[in-house]
Amino acid sequence: MFKNLSALFCGILFGSGLVISQMVNPVKVLAFLDITGRWDPSLALVMTGALITFGVSYRLILRRSAPLLEQRFHLPTAVGFDARLLIGGALFGIGWGLSGFCPGAAIAAISYGHIEPVWFTLAMFGGIGLFRLIHVGKII
Amino acid sequence: MENFTPYSALAGGALIGLAAALLMLFNGRIAGISGIIGNLLPPYQRSNVGWSLFFLGGLLLGALSSRLFDKNLTDIRIDMPLPVLLIAGLLVGYGTGLGGGCTSGHGVCGLARLSPRSAVATVVFMVVAGITVFIVRHLIGTGA
Repeated sequence: MFKNLSALFCGILFGSGLVISQMVNPVKVLAFLDITGRWDPSLALVMTGALITFGVSYRLILRRSAPLLEQRFHLPTAVGFDARLLIGGALFGIGWGLSGFCPGAAIAAISYGHIEPVWFTLAMFGGIGLFRLIHVGKII
Repeated sequence: MENFTPYSALAGGALIGLAAALLMLFNGRIAGISGIIGNLLPPYQRSNVGWSLFFLGGLLLGALSSRLFDKNLTDIRIDMPLPVLLIAGLLVGYGTGLGGGCTSGHGVCGLARLSPRSAVATVVFMVVAGITVFIVRHLIGTGA
C-alpha cells in the first residue's frame, strides 16, 4: 500500500521533470543529438541536474541499512561488459535517434493528446516484451 | 543555440534526480523506466507489478499536471512517419531490455553510481543516436 503510494509520488515527480525539462519533446532531444546542425545542449543540463541531485542523495541514502518501506535495497548486480550490453545500447541508440523518444519521455508525451506517442509506447512495450520472452528466464 | 533552455533543463533534471532518489529511499529501487516497464510484462515477478504500475501511472499523471501549469501551452511535435515510429519503438524496447537500461537507468542512476557498465552503455547509445540523427538529417534527409 505505502510502497505503491510512494512509487506514485516518485512517478509524478519524474513525469513533471520530463515535461519541465522539455525532454518529452522529440524536437528538443533530436536537436541535442544533432551536433552538426543547430545544436541545442539543453539535454546535457537535464542530465547534469539529475546526476548531481541523485548522485549526492544516493550516497546519503545508502548509509541506511535498508530503505524505508522495503527489507533491502535492490541494486543492479551485473558486472563486466558483454555483447548484450553493447548491442542493446546500440539498438536503443538507433531507435532513440530515429524518434527522439526514450522510454520515460514517450510515456510522458502521451499527456499531450497526440496519437504518435501512444503508437510508439505500444511498440516499445512490444520490444521489451519480446526481449523478456526470448531472454528472461535464461539470464535473470 | 537559439533554442537553448538552460534553467528549465537544470530544474527538470533536478526533479528527475529527486524522483530517483526518493524511489531509492522509500522503495529501494532504481528508477530505470525500461526496467519498470519490463516489470509489467511477462514473465511477472509478483512483488514488482504493483509499485511499477503506480510509478508509471504517476509519471503520466505528473506530465499531465505539469502541462496544466504551463502558461505557454508548449506543444510537442512528432514528424516521423508511423512505420519509422513503430520500428523506433521496437528498437528502443528491445534494445533497452537487452542492454539492461535506458537514459534513466544507465544514463542517470548508473552514471551517478559510477557503474562502469552504465558508463559504457550511455556512451554507446549517445554516440549511436548521434550517428543515426546525422545519417537521417544530413545524409539522406533534407538537413532540417
